[in-house]
Amino acid sequence: MELRFTEEERAFRQEVREFIDRNLPAATRERMESGRTPTKEMVVQWQRTLNAKGWAVPHWPVEWGGTGWSPIKRFILQEEIQQTPAPLPLGFNTNMCGPVIIAFGTEAQKKRFLPRMANLDDWWCQGFSEPGAGSDLASLKCAAKRVGDYYIVNGQKTWTTLAQYADWIFLLVRTNPNAAKQQEGISFLLVDMKSPGITVRPIITIDGAHEVNEVFFDDVKVPVENLVGTENRGWDCAKFLLSNERTGQARVGASKERIRRLKLIASQAPGGGRPIIEDPRFRERLTEVEVQLKALEITTLRVLATEQKNLGQRKPNPASSILKIRGTELQQAISELFVLAAGPYGLAGADPGADRLNEPEIVPDWAALAQPTYFNWRKQSIYGGSNEIQKNIMAKAFLGL
Amino acid sequence: MDFDLTEEQRLLQDSVARLLADRYKFEQRKAYMKTPEGWSREIWSAYAELGLLALPFAEAEGGYGGGAEETMIVAEQMGRALTLEPWLPTVVLGGGFLRHGASAEQRSALVPKIARGEMLLAFAHTEAQSRYDLHDVATTAKRDGDGWVLNGRKVVVIHGDSAHRLVVTARTAGGQRDLKGVGVFLVDASAPGVSRRGFTAVDGHRAAEVTLEGVRVGPEAVLGNPEDGLPLVDRVVDEAIAALAAEAVGAMEAVHGLTLEYLKTRKQFGRPIGSFQALQHRAAEMMVALEEARSMAMLGAMMAEEEDATERRRQMRAVKLQVGRSARFVGQQAIQLHGGIAMTMEYAAGHYFKRLTAIDTMFGDAEHHLNALATGGGLITAAAA
Repeated sequence: MELRFTEEERAFRQEVREFIDRNLPAATRERMESGRTPTKEMVVQWQRTLNAKGWAVPHWPVEWGGTGWSPIKRFILQEEIQQTPAPLPLGFNTNMCGPVIIAFGTEAQKKRFLPRMANLDDWWCQGFSEPGAGSDLASLKCAAKRVGDYYIVNGQKTWTTLAQYADWIFLLVRTNPNAAKQQEGISFLLVDMKSPGITVRPIITIDGAHEVNEVFFDDVKVPVENLVGTENRGWDCAKFLLSNERTGQARVGASKERIRRLKLIASQAPGGGRPIIEDPRFRERLTEVEVQLKALEITTLRVLATEQKNLGQRKPNPASSILKIRGTELQQAISELFVLAAGPYGLAGADPGADRLNEPEIVPDWAALAQPTYFNWRKQSIYGGSNEIQKNIMAKAFLGL
Repeated sequence: MDFDLTEEQRLLQDSVARLLADRYKFEQRKAYMKTPEGWSREIWSAYAELGLLALPFAEAEGGYGGGAEETMIVAEQMGRALTLEPWLPTVVLGGGFLRHGASAEQRSALVPKIARGEMLLAFAHTEAQSRYDLHDVATTAKRDGDGWVLNGRKVVVIHGDSAHRLVVTARTAGGQRDLKGVGVFLVDASAPGVSRRGFTAVDGHRAAEVTLEGVRVGPEAVLGNPEDGLPLVDRVVDEAIAALAAEAVGAMEAVHGLTLEYLKTRKQFGRPIGSFQALQHRAAEMMVALEEARSMAMLGAMMAEEEDATERRRQMRAVKLQVGRSARFVGQQAIQLHGGIAMTMEYAAGHYFKRLTAIDTMFGDAEHHLNALATGGGLITAAAA
């Protein structure tokens, strides 16, 4: 047993840190330090910088731009990016659709899509949820009918994150409405967002941000070569994708960065004649989060070390549910501590996506963002398979209940 | 980064697991508990044969040469079986004081006896007023020629009733709560002036109240620096916290397993109660808490050997805090998911619950360490201004 990083791993961390310091635009860093979401241009610029270095998709096979690194080394890169803070490579491209195409796609699909995904030449979005299909995703209705060399897609997707930026969408569609089990009539399609018949309508969430959308499909023609895997076997792709999604949700590095920032803020923010960090109740709540985060960090490394041993296996790891549950709970707890630190200042909230937070500045940026971020982060225990669904998964896969 | 055991460690784990599976079933444990001593001398001899009593001592001194990982492995298995023997006080605590505070002569006199199972030790530190503060010591040690005279009362000395030697903290200088001026003394339990009242603690382990009245010890009784023994105490206690964390993980794992079995077999409303989602989610939450504790027990094993005392203390507080939280949660859920049966002395779940509760209250409960850790600035450094 050796829980310390090796000399080589520590040297790599230093290399990453120096690379980020040299190459990350100051405007991106400043925007993210203040707690705002990066702009589309910032995300694209930074992913291309990482890709030029060969670091955008380290977990992909080497022939498609991967590095062949150990999971621990990949963890270090991700953690350093999050801790800076800098934008991570776009998850829809690199962790969701990319791995599905690698695992289930044709050579032609790989050649056509993967390099552009890695370089963020195409921005992808995810068309899974529907108004009637949330946790019960397999009940989805958005239909694709085969007509000649095309599928004709009709229906609606919702909660489509950043569809307003997207060039492509990966879709789960129903290709066989009469299948014995609803999971057996679903297919995985790649759709150009410029196709005629697609309408994107913003959903403004409770923080005031335009992050998610409804996407409507009205007789949208999709060439059959855009089917991934086998028709009516798209559920295999979906399950594979969702379990990949979960391991990223622990976001330990991002939480550490937020806690560092919070500690700085709380040592300056007033709290009854002294900085709020000196309030015993605030301090203890913060410390509890730090300790749980430490436990989550080690648990994440344990899961990664297991993955390292089982490399090449395409089985979802149920331990990823633990990471999802605790990772999201901790991020939510941290967002709540920012609200506590801001106190009444937090009432002057602003849209986290906006370029200017409050004009003219009434309260510090961090305080204006505290409540909107707290509102926004309630989503974390809902998306990617709600935390209750994760517990169902654990009960079935781990506990034999 | 490597979370696997070595081949040798796996053998150690297997041999302890086999011994306990064979000779420490719940019914056998009940029988040991009913004996006057409250634990099993035969099992103690079996530990000696396996080398468990020599575990942390250097091979050159007649020991097994194990480190914190080996301690973790053994403690975890003992936690699974809910063992009652004075292993922690003798080998981890007593052994720790000998390794870090005793002279080579003292060790050569005592280690072989400990290894053979002939010498039991206990750590007498808690006083009526001290709660978890290791520096809060009213017991006094006054110089007397080249030796010392000890006076005071120690309460809840775990396995203090059977110990041959007591490791006693006593104030050599300063006020009752000063950090400096605490000495550590190795006292013969049969020395004139030592009186003991044994009792069975809530978790089934034995304990004693120890009163010291004009107890004279020679200069060889001093462990470490008599004017500044607290760093030694902290170091040994940190090793004990790491061992307790591992023991708690073993106990949580066992009681979680017991609970899952029960959920699958107990039927109500015509079906196994494990088919009900409200219960499934509790079982899943128990697993999350268990895995958090397991991660922190691993951190504990790593930090037990950390030379930087401030960093070691800080991380060990985090370990004890998380383990305490997890232990309480898992214990409580195990009882709730079983229902009435777990409320009885006849059934194992309640005994796990009691031991897990005891572990939380040894060497600082979760709230104690939370308070100390929070006051000390937590684990993560603030961003630069």
